[in-house]
Amino acid sequence: MNVVETSGLGKRYGGTWALRECTLAIPAGRVTALVGPNGAGKSTLLNLAVGLSVPSAGEVTVLGGRPAGSPAALDAIAFVAQDTPLYKNLTAADMIYVTRSLNRRFDQDYARARLAELGIPPKRKAGQLSGGQQAQLALTLALARRPRLLILDEPVAMLDPIARHDFMATVVAASAGGVSVLLSSHVLTELERVASYLILVARGRVRLAGYVDDLLAAHGQASLEELALAHLRETTPEVTR
Amino acid sequence: MTALTRSGHPDGDDTQLRPVPWRRMAGVTWRQHRYPLAGVAVLLGGLAVWLWIIGRPLHRAWTAAAACHPAAASACQALIGSFNAAATSNVMSDKGPGGVLLQVLPALIGAFAGAPVLAREMEAGTFRYAWTQGFGRWRWALAKLVLLAVALAALTAAFGVLVSWYFQPYGGPQDLYRNSSFGDLFSLREVTFPAWTLAAFTIGVLAGMLIRRVVPAIAATLTASAGLAVATAGLLREHYLTPLVTSNPAPPSTLWIISQWWTRDGRFVFGSPPFSLINQFCSAPPPGRSKNPPFGTFAQCLAPHGYTQWTSYQPPSRFWPFQWIEGGWLLALSVLLIAAAIWLVRRRAA
Repeated sequence: MNVVETSGLGKRYGGTWALRECTLAIPAGRVTALVGPNGAGKSTLLNLAVGLSVPSAGEVTVLGGRPAGSPAALDAIAFVAQDTPLYKNLTAADMIYVTRSLNRRFDQDYARARLAELGIPPKRKAGQLSGGQQAQLALTLALARRPRLLILDEPVAMLDPIARHDFMATVVAASAGGVSVLLSSHVLTELERVASYLILVARGRVRLAGYVDDLLAAHGQASLEELALAHLRETTPEVTR
Repeated sequence: MTALTRSGHPDGDDTQLRPVPWRRMAGVTWRQHRYPLAGVAVLLGGLAVWLWIIGRPLHRAWTAAAACHPAAASACQALIGSFNAAATSNVMSDKGPGGVLLQVLPALIGAFAGAPVLAREMEAGTFRYAWTQGFGRWRWALAKLVLLAVALAALTAAFGVLVSWYFQPYGGPQDLYRNSSFGDLFSLREVTFPAWTLAAFTIGVLAGMLIRRVVPAIAATLTASAGLAVATAGLLREHYLTPLVTSNPAPPSTLWIISQWWTRDGRFVFGSPPFSLINQFCSAPPPGRSKNPPFGTFAQCLAPHGYTQWTSYQPPSRFWPFQWIEGGWLLALSVLLIAAAIWLVRRRAA
């Protein structure tokens, strides 16, 4: 089964195509990295996959044919948006309550245990937590929904190296527990050890998609970073200047 | 690290999902909006205490005057006089300080409780959290808006009952204070106050969804709500039902007078008699009348010369029909605005 399938998917804002002619099949049971420079169309693709926005062209389905944004899709996908938006004036405990109320499944014991482990005081307001704690709280809420697919948009962009490492460790543990993960990033280094499927987007188009091992072998590159850089240089000539 | 205890995602029931129950939004809405709701409750509670304090002496004077028999006795006249003195120095009239304060309440409540509901989600980006939960985005918006609207309507209706209690002496026995029951704080009674608050709240919600920023949405809501209230009071309200017309030269002051005009030989002559005509026919006051006659006596002194004064008016019996008409169209407007906001939530692209 594929966790996300798109065919001819496109999204236009005004006269500009943020994403076009995107045809993908992202396999289940893996960590998939969506990589590309800022403004490449990563967030657009993720917003379409979670149903926050509606395609201008083509179609997108999730988890074996469910329309993106449909009740069955929302139920099984947890999404952590860019900059991990939380209600800043609610406490961590309130955020757990709200998320539990808004979903059919919620593993409250897991959420509470995770907060304790992370040293996040339940009575502390979300807005008063550090950036790393806010990211971890958002991730904890998402995982406690027991999703089949976890989608993360630039989850570590704002985090310091330690928070980044801790966050990715949680993602890897979730993946090992059977959750499919799709995450976007413009930073390649933290994806190296984690991702086994790669999608490279630049200037609104998919440039490369496939299993990391296959891609590395086919293109004769030693690492994900080199592979990505090589392709980004090919497709965005202005970078090489 | 705490492991995710996955007992396997229950695949079987995925195709026929039971939606997350509506009632769960009650706790969510309360946790997110308890401060604005508590603010409205404290504000109205404080004003209610104040209204109660200034209303009690008025009610005591009214009860004493109304219970006094025979009304013509000098002791009773003194009681009626003291009631009228209390009633005419009323701080709660449309132009009194209390009345002005109260009349901005619906717009204020609407702006500060309504505008941030969706604008803050858009401004802070939390709509990306809220709209991707299992509850579903249009259900989330509908449940939240209906719950807040009902809570605000209940609070303001209770306050409107108190406002009507305060004005009870004014619509009292005929021989006491006379005033049009439409006159004071028509829009703050138990029907119209919740209706106006709902309208302002929904204007705020929609403005927040369109403008997507809290402060400009509040400003837009205050402007739009105040404009609607002024237009309704000045232009719309008198047309709810066709006014009645009388040629009674001295219409009672309990009527809401819409307009007056004069005819002679069955034809319109003027809206109000020119000074030259008054000087000519009304300069000598009729016996037993004061020098500055109230308007009705112009009609009396001009009548022998073929002039007839016509008055179009709304009778006091139409007070409640007018309350329900105003409440009705405001409720319809509120439903329409909420529907528009939910439609925008449904189609809004991230």
